[in-house]
Amino acid sequence: MGRYVAQRIGQALLVIWLAYTVIFLAVQLLPSDPVTIFLSTDSAVDQATIDNMKRQYGYDQPLLVQYLAQLGGLFTGDVGYSLASGEPVALRISGVVGSTIALALSAFATAVVLALAVVVVATLTRSALLRKVVLNLPPLFAAVPVFWLGLVLLELLSIRWGVMSLFPDGSFLSLAVPVFVLGVHVSAPIAQVLLKSIDTVYNQPFIDVLRAKGASASWIFFRHALKNAGGPAMTITGITVGTLLAGSVITETVFARSGLGAVVLQAVTTQDVPLVQGLVLLTASVFVAVNLAVDLLYPLLDPRILKSNGQGSPRALAV
Amino acid sequence: MSVTTADQAAPAALPQTAPLLAIRGLKVEYQSGTTAVGGVDLTLQAGEIVALVGESGSGKTTLARSVLGLLPASARISGRIDFDGTDLASLSEKEFCRIRGRRIGLVPQDPGASLDPVRTIGSQVAEVFRLHRDGRRRSRLELRAEVVRLLTLVGIDRPEERLRQYPHELSGGLKQRVLIAIAFSLQPQVLIADEPTSALDVTVQRTVLEVFDRLAKEFGTAVIFVTHDLAVATDHADRIVVMRGGSVREDRGVEQVLARPEDEYTVRLLEEAAPARAAAPAAAASAAGTFALEAQGLVKVFDRGAANRAVDAVSFGVRQGTTFSLVGESGSGKSTTARMLMRLLDPTEGTVLVEGRDVTGLDGRGKRELWRTLQLVYQNPDSALDPRLRIRDIIAEPIVNFGLSGRAGQRERVLELLEQVNLPARAASARPMELSGGQRQRVAIARALAAGARTLVLDEALSALDVLTQAQILALLEELQRELGLTYLFISHDLHVVERISHEVGVMRRGKLVETGPTAGIFGNPQHEYTRLLLDSNPGHRLRSLAASNK
Repeated sequence: MGRYVAQRIGQALLVIWLAYTVIFLAVQLLPSDPVTIFLSTDSAVDQATIDNMKRQYGYDQPLLVQYLAQLGGLFTGDVGYSLASGEPVALRISGVVGSTIALALSAFATAVVLALAVVVVATLTRSALLRKVVLNLPPLFAAVPVFWLGLVLLELLSIRWGVMSLFPDGSFLSLAVPVFVLGVHVSAPIAQVLLKSIDTVYNQPFIDVLRAKGASASWIFFRHALKNAGGPAMTITGITVGTLLAGSVITETVFARSGLGAVVLQAVTTQDVPLVQGLVLLTASVFVAVNLAVDLLYPLLDPRILKSNGQGSPRALAV
Repeated sequence: MSVTTADQAAPAALPQTAPLLAIRGLKVEYQSGTTAVGGVDLTLQAGEIVALVGESGSGKTTLARSVLGLLPASARISGRIDFDGTDLASLSEKEFCRIRGRRIGLVPQDPGASLDPVRTIGSQVAEVFRLHRDGRRRSRLELRAEVVRLLTLVGIDRPEERLRQYPHELSGGLKQRVLIAIAFSLQPQVLIADEPTSALDVTVQRTVLEVFDRLAKEFGTAVIFVTHDLAVATDHADRIVVMRGGSVREDRGVEQVLARPEDEYTVRLLEEAAPARAAAPAAAASAAGTFALEAQGLVKVFDRGAANRAVDAVSFGVRQGTTFSLVGESGSGKSTTARMLMRLLDPTEGTVLVEGRDVTGLDGRGKRELWRTLQLVYQNPDSALDPRLRIRDIIAEPIVNFGLSGRAGQRERVLELLEQVNLPARAASARPMELSGGQRQRVAIARALAAGARTLVLDEALSALDVLTQAQILALLEELQRELGLTYLFISHDLHVVERISHEVGVMRRGKLVETGPTAGIFGNPQHEYTRLLLDSNPGHRLRSLAASNK
């Protein structure tokens, strides 16, 4: 067990380091240095200002020095300074990230509950019609774009019926609606994978043995099938983090919420490279952290993981 | 219910009490329109062991499952299954839940997949008591003691330790014991045993069946023993019910069926199961002749933590045009040996000779050439054939890969191969799904021969087939050997089949070849203690003694 955990954590750190290196190299591939690019939107800048700013941000140093200095900065929480505001990138992000986290976490919880509801109803209902209807929900959820559903709800709730303000005002609806919009979208892949793996589980002989023991349908589902099918669903849940973050940005924009969405938009439009760098690093880290959590939780669901020869991710078994 | 005077007088006169289970005119149809069981009558007395024999598709499993109410949703059931005053055929799912596990139990076919892989053994045994709480309430400690007692009862060592283990930490035999413990835990009146040992080695099969027999006798449980293996059936049952095409062909005591089989189908089953008429090829074997395939001191060490000699100094030779069989239980190293001989696996030590040539050091290209003459037929024809390809393309694949002939020649060769394996020419355009298991195995053999193989390694090639199909494939293999002078290395745990097809036999145990010799010698006069144990475990004692007395 200890070895498994150490391996997973080591891998996670390696991935973050590689991600950081790739980001750094990508910046070097830009036609010019970040300062020049940033200032090029301004029509009248003299070379002295550019040089001055370059020196200030350290872009005049040799590449290796820049790389090592930036890498070293990571350990102290220093991810550079925003070109636009001059504020530390870390501060710029941490100032708004709370609202995004609240949105993403609530949407995630909604997604899990929705997915579970779909699977429970589809598996345990006796009505063939209801099952058919429920089975078609996940594809529908996946097909509806986040921004479209957001705009439609905004149109109906705010403009037609006037029950919700156009801008976030701290009311229940102004948080619940964006959460719902994002949650619906994220629930689709989780429900689809869970349905599929529940299906696989139900085709295994041990389900018959359980029935022969006298277990009822709900006993089999909640005490056996769900735990067996949980692994793949958890894996896909880890992967939806990307969707969740991207969806948060879109949702925030649609509902005019402050958060990472606004910062991302601003960083990209003003070509604030250090800020973009920081955001990409944050996304990569969140992704890695969530997937690390999934890897560490996996053996709790399926004890066979620890027995397999320690090589490769448990996902290899999950497919 | 009115009791007539005649009824009152009857019990004293009749030696038999009312049957425990009475199936009357049972019919099971699937939505697709196929009739799996078409009007079956069957009775079962308390404490009686009835073997339900038949090939796959005979309806025996459907019949057994309808007693448990475990038919798929698409099945339509009619007729009556009277069990102790209730008609099981008309029971609701909820009512059935109270009967299953408590009064009717199941010992399933495949112990490997019949336990929940993510729950501990202890919780899965204890579950039965949690599901049926109507008895006395048990504390956690009492429950634990009860589970340990059950595990001890089925002969599981260190039961305390097993409670916390997961199914993947147990061997197949132990898993089946756990399943037997579960089935017997509430002492059901009827037990359905659905091919309970077909996935186990003969030695394990014997010990598991001993436990099973003992418990059934001890608790007076009536057993419906579903099997395709007549040898096992005759060893363990009181009565044999032979099924074919959804109806009962024969239903009599074991002795009567063995002595005077009435149905023509039973006669054929008995013929195939009776091993006494084998040993024909052994006589024809030429003691001389060159080796087509030879192993010299093969060793394979899989290094996973502890050094483990999976194959340890194995040497033997297979003469041109003969069949050599490797037997032994799972984990004995026979498949690893075969893989090394095929050069699919590199031996740690030792030499492999094919037709006298050392092929141990062959590189990728050399191996490719080797596989034109040395081919593998795998155990499971279902997964060995690409389901998306047509049979024509499956068989032609080696020809295309080796660039052996043009389009026209290819087509001709495929037809020739189909004829050699006795498949109709129209099978060429079918896909694997449309063929039966036996036909698929024929396709696999045809593919192995396509590039001109002279030696075939058959790894449990018949294990997935039922007895009569096995017999047909065996006949085909013998015919091909005669016509094409093929050499076979045959890997099997089924001693009946081995005795019938082999010229020479090698017995493997824990990576070592403990005994080799001509088939008649090994089966007639085994030298090694383990060989004797293997032969002793081989089911069919009653069949053999019958065959012996007939001579």
